[in-house]
Amino acid sequence: MANPFDVIVIGGGHNGLINAAYLARARKKVMVLERRHLVGGAAVTEEIFPGYKFSEFSYVVSLLRPEIIRELELAKHGLEILPLPSTFTPTLDHDYIAFWDDHDETRREIYRHSPHDADAYDDYGFQMYQMAKAIRPILSMIPPDPAALSFTELRRLLQLGQFARSLPEKTIYQLYKLMTMSAADFLDEWFDCVPLKGTKTASGIIGTFMGPRSPGTAYVLLHHYMGEIDGAFRAWGFAKGGTGGVSEAIASSARALGVEIRLSAPVSRVIVRNGRAVGVALENGDDLYADTIVSSLDPKRTFLKLVDEKELPDDFVDSIRRFKTRGSSGKVNLALSELPRFAAFESLVRHNDSAAPMRALRGAVSISPSIEYIERAFDDAKYGNFSQRPYMDMIIPSLIDPQMAPPGKHVMSIFVQYAPYNLNGGWNDARREAFGDAVINTLAEFAPNIKSAILHRQVLTPWDVEEITGLTEGNIFAGELALHQLFFLRPAPRWGSYRTPLRHFYQCGSGTHPGGGIMGAGGRLAALEILKDEK
Amino acid sequence: MLRHTPFHSRTAPLCEGQNWRRWAGYLAAGSYELTHEREYWAIRNAAALLDVTPLYKYVVQGPDAARVLNHIMTRDIAKCAVGQVMYTPWCDDDGKVLDDGTVHRRAEDLFFVTSADPNYLWFCENAQGMRVTIEDVSDATAALSLQGPNSRKILNRLAAGILDGLGYFRTTPMQLRELPTVISRTGYTGDLGYEIWTENQYAEPLWDALMQAGEDYGITPMGILALDVARIEAGLILIETDYTSARRARIEGQKSSPYEINLGWTVNLDKGNFIGKRALAQHKKRGSDWQFVGLDVDWVALENVYAQEGLHPAVAGPAWRQSTPVYADDKWVGYGSSGCWSPILKKYIVLAHIQAPYNEIGTNLNLEVTVEHKRKQAAATVVKTPFYDPARKKK
Ligand SMILES: Cc1cc2nc3c(=O)[nH]c(=O)nc-3n(C[C@H](O)[C@H](O)[C@H](O)COP(=O)(O)OP(=O)(O)OC[C@H]3O[C@@H](n4cnc5c(N)ncnc54)[C@H](O)[C@@H]3O)c2cc1C
Repeated sequence: MANPFDVIVIGGGHNGLINAAYLARARKKVMVLERRHLVGGAAVTEEIFPGYKFSEFSYVVSLLRPEIIRELELAKHGLEILPLPSTFTPTLDHDYIAFWDDHDETRREIYRHSPHDADAYDDYGFQMYQMAKAIRPILSMIPPDPAALSFTELRRLLQLGQFARSLPEKTIYQLYKLMTMSAADFLDEWFDCVPLKGTKTASGIIGTFMGPRSPGTAYVLLHHYMGEIDGAFRAWGFAKGGTGGVSEAIASSARALGVEIRLSAPVSRVIVRNGRAVGVALENGDDLYADTIVSSLDPKRTFLKLVDEKELPDDFVDSIRRFKTRGSSGKVNLALSELPRFAAFESLVRHNDSAAPMRALRGAVSISPSIEYIERAFDDAKYGNFSQRPYMDMIIPSLIDPQMAPPGKHVMSIFVQYAPYNLNGGWNDARREAFGDAVINTLAEFAPNIKSAILHRQVLTPWDVEEITGLTEGNIFAGELALHQLFFLRPAPRWGSYRTPLRHFYQCGSGTHPGGGIMGAGGRLAALEILKDEK
Repeated sequence: MLRHTPFHSRTAPLCEGQNWRRWAGYLAAGSYELTHEREYWAIRNAAALLDVTPLYKYVVQGPDAARVLNHIMTRDIAKCAVGQVMYTPWCDDDGKVLDDGTVHRRAEDLFFVTSADPNYLWFCENAQGMRVTIEDVSDATAALSLQGPNSRKILNRLAAGILDGLGYFRTTPMQLRELPTVISRTGYTGDLGYEIWTENQYAEPLWDALMQAGEDYGITPMGILALDVARIEAGLILIETDYTSARRARIEGQKSSPYEINLGWTVNLDKGNFIGKRALAQHKKRGSDWQFVGLDVDWVALENVYAQEGLHPAVAGPAWRQSTPVYADDKWVGYGSSGCWSPILKKYIVLAHIQAPYNEIGTNLNLEVTVEHKRKQAAATVVKTPFYDPARKKK
């Protein structure tokens, strides 16, 4: 008897949904099985407290591929990405540095701190942009594997070579440095201004278990600039309705293409016969069969939990075990009775005007006063503790999209690092609250009114992230974005092309190339490979 | 010196970029912030407040008011109920469009008319011998446009009545706090929105009340740059940009009949005589060579055109308004008159005048694009307008 579905996709996060939508677009009958009662995975909006909607986990859209927005007609399905134009970094001495969306305004602000940096900032931005332009195509192509010298691989490598060839020599050296250096060392070569470097390095450590002085953290700095190239599509911003808005738009597009999405349907195991995936077993006891099975879960969950180890080659299992998924981030979501008033606002008004604080609150607020501050936060984590004074990246969604909170009230999303998954003694309720207190106490040093403004708070540790989303060890990118885990090495050597050692079994989540974040590239590229194999 | 509107004491301090434009002899904010982007999103996502005082405004009153207006306008004003608003163009004897605006029937024999250009003389000339007075209230009437999904909630906070009952293109007098106003559910954004008309003396308190009531709903003062993007998405035509008034056209070819600019639906040939009727009837029979249509520019084609020069499409920013050639293969078949990147549709859209038979929906054409000083072409498809039409506009 023919299977009712051609493809079963495990997991209804944004990658699973995108994968399903692309397959359905090619006239496949596709079913998505999602464990939770809603789609989105790490990209969900939930009304945790009545009237207050939280972008519970991920909170900004950074690199959602424009071709996906276009091909799946996400705008028609309700995707709206609102601008998040500035970054404001208060410092401990109640000063600040601000990066506005206006170039000259930002320049003047940096000049206030360091005339040298003001000029360097332009050169830096220019070089990063050039490099991002060269690297960016990789996000939309299957990573070439230099070890597998087939004709196709060679052609891909050559394609990449062409992008790189268009770069001036100086930029190529920079690119090499970027691939190998620490974010701190890389930025030290460019800048003096302490809070500027603090804020910039932060983007290199997000989602990793590394500090700004750990080698390999520089590369991630590029990601920000890639988003800039996609600027017209507003690849960087806040999704209307919260991050769940992205997932809902994708799900709506997938449904319109005929995808069936089944919620509250956890998969317990992939059914394998003679080295070929033939179906899945659900936790409720049902078995479902399809020609092709795709997992959007992270590599560890996919290969170490859903598949019987015996079905996989030993060396493959080894490399998946070694795949680094150390969770290091937490999240604190607040419902607020009033907006935070940063001590630095006084200085902000002095250097700008009385409207500047509101402008600052409409963008991101970063607690990253110096590289040292972040490195110290990492020191705590290195020895198994959460940071007493963590790095934080905050936004106030209700200022960007008023429907996120009741009129006059606000929600605030605080991304926090570091909170190690392997906390000394393990996480429990008391430690979760202690972690939440550390976050609020730190924030209160910068915004003294915060404590009295809090109506509700939700604290999420890496354990909670794992528990709710299924991301192993709560690693936000389903595997760290370190160089040895990128491109053709993601998630394991020889398996960077969405295929797996099992026939008819594919992977498409953030644990595959080009990696985590709400990017959708894994979901899309995997679908294209699956369709290719069919021919 | 250009005039200040009665809201100037409020708008000027907010106009951070000093980005002032001219509009009908007034200073009008282009954008309050340095770019118009957030103001645009306020229209689509929260609420945006625009000073529309520079519109020309007339009160037409008297037993013959309806007859006079029906003689001038192409739509059947006799059918305009009390409390209703009609959008309509008006033409010269040759059936060529002079201007377009809205006609608000405030009472059986009392109309309020808005227009883009001055029309006092034209209206008076066509009212001779009729029992009607025409008053130019342009400078005495302050006007604000509040647009966006939260606009109704904001007005409900201030209104003595409640706005939920006010339908699309309806108007009603309304006390906002203690301020006497007339509200019409109109706008130029293709979104849920209202225009609020009041006497100049109430302008400042009106602005203050709206800004205060709107604070919790994301109210944002908006300039005309954001408006321009929204009205292109809504497929709404703009005088002197998308068409030339027959009054100002230097050559015959610059004039348009309503049928050529997608306003055929506003011409009612079944009603009694009106200015231009005979010419319009002929025009309708003959059919028109030109159509005013939407173009959806193919993004991949645009990317390729830029990639030829090693660049990535740079399209975000304000809408453009210069005539841009459109081709079918290599044949010139028309021109785009305004266009922009639509942030909400994530598409590059153009309003264009295209000749038959190339103006059928679905026709593949090419839009001229200049990249690195070189003229290139990008594929574009003829599509229906409005490009963007949210259900809340009429709900
Ligand atoms: C706290 C946090 C903050 C982040 N911040 C950002 C940010 O600001 N910007 C950004 O771009 N990225 C951010 N990320 C990363 C980004 O959210 C993820 O990389 C991305 O959402 C992963 O998408 P995915 O579809 O690959 O996987 P997931 O979203 O993890 O989806 C996997 C899905 O599978 C389901 N599932 C799990 N097990 C089973 C099973 N056995 N059977 C059926 N279904 C199952 C899960 O419920 C889930 O819905 C953040 C992540 C976290 C955790």
